[in-house]
Amino acid sequence: MMPQRPLHLKTYLLIAVMAIAGPLGNVLLGKGMKHIGQLSVWPLPELFHTGMKIFASGSIWLGIASLIAFFVAYMLVLSLADYSFVQPASSLAYGVVALLGYLMLGERVSPLRWAGIAVICLGVFVVGRTNPRTTERV
Amino acid sequence: MPHYVLFALIVVAGTGGELCVSRAMQVVGEVPSFHPADIAKVIARALRIPWMWLGVGMMATAFFALLGALSIYNVSFVVPVTALSYVAGAFGGVAFLRERVSPHRWLGVVLVAIGVTLVILGKN
Repeated sequence: MMPQRPLHLKTYLLIAVMAIAGPLGNVLLGKGMKHIGQLSVWPLPELFHTGMKIFASGSIWLGIASLIAFFVAYMLVLSLADYSFVQPASSLAYGVVALLGYLMLGERVSPLRWAGIAVICLGVFVVGRTNPRTTERV
Repeated sequence: MPHYVLFALIVVAGTGGELCVSRAMQVVGEVPSFHPADIAKVIARALRIPWMWLGVGMMATAFFALLGALSIYNVSFVVPVTALSYVAGAFGGVAFLRERVSPHRWLGVVLVAIGVTLVILGKN
């Protein structure tokens, strides 16, 4: 067991960055891909053309940058707090992604979908509250 | 290509990729510190392990499948469905990494599966 350490403001700040940057990255990728429209991947020149369109999109690059920010915050926060504390907090991301999709992209989210997302968040929270290590630390 | 194949690729290639990277990192061992020189050494060691390359390849596949799914469906549908990776992760952890999954964790996995089912049913 790790000795109990007080959680600093920095930890909460990094978790907030995680909870926003991850979903924001996905929403920006969604925005970019919707803008590009139907993808054609065959024959090979079409695949190349599709790839060029994807990587010429500013939203896609912003999305990738946001996902990298998420990943860096995730790595940093794991060095400050236990995984079993961080992982349940990350369950919020599923709710945030739907909220950002609704606010930024005007997506219609049905009540049943909101209910499903709430159950997913609960499930991810429960998974995260279990011991992340099933073997003893040596 | 049927659209569910994209979701299967996101979940299976994504989870498989993470499992391969975990396995590679088990070989590499714990990161001694976050000093850039130590991180560079860990990355160099990790890149010599075939599991790492397989994992990165699978994760890249999952990323492009995610882009494909996002070109068709709303992000508020795609991302919650990808939570199925918790279900795949639990089964993969048991089969591939010989982890023991507690009843408590199975409960969470079942809740995720129920939530994803509701999201799919509420697809308008």
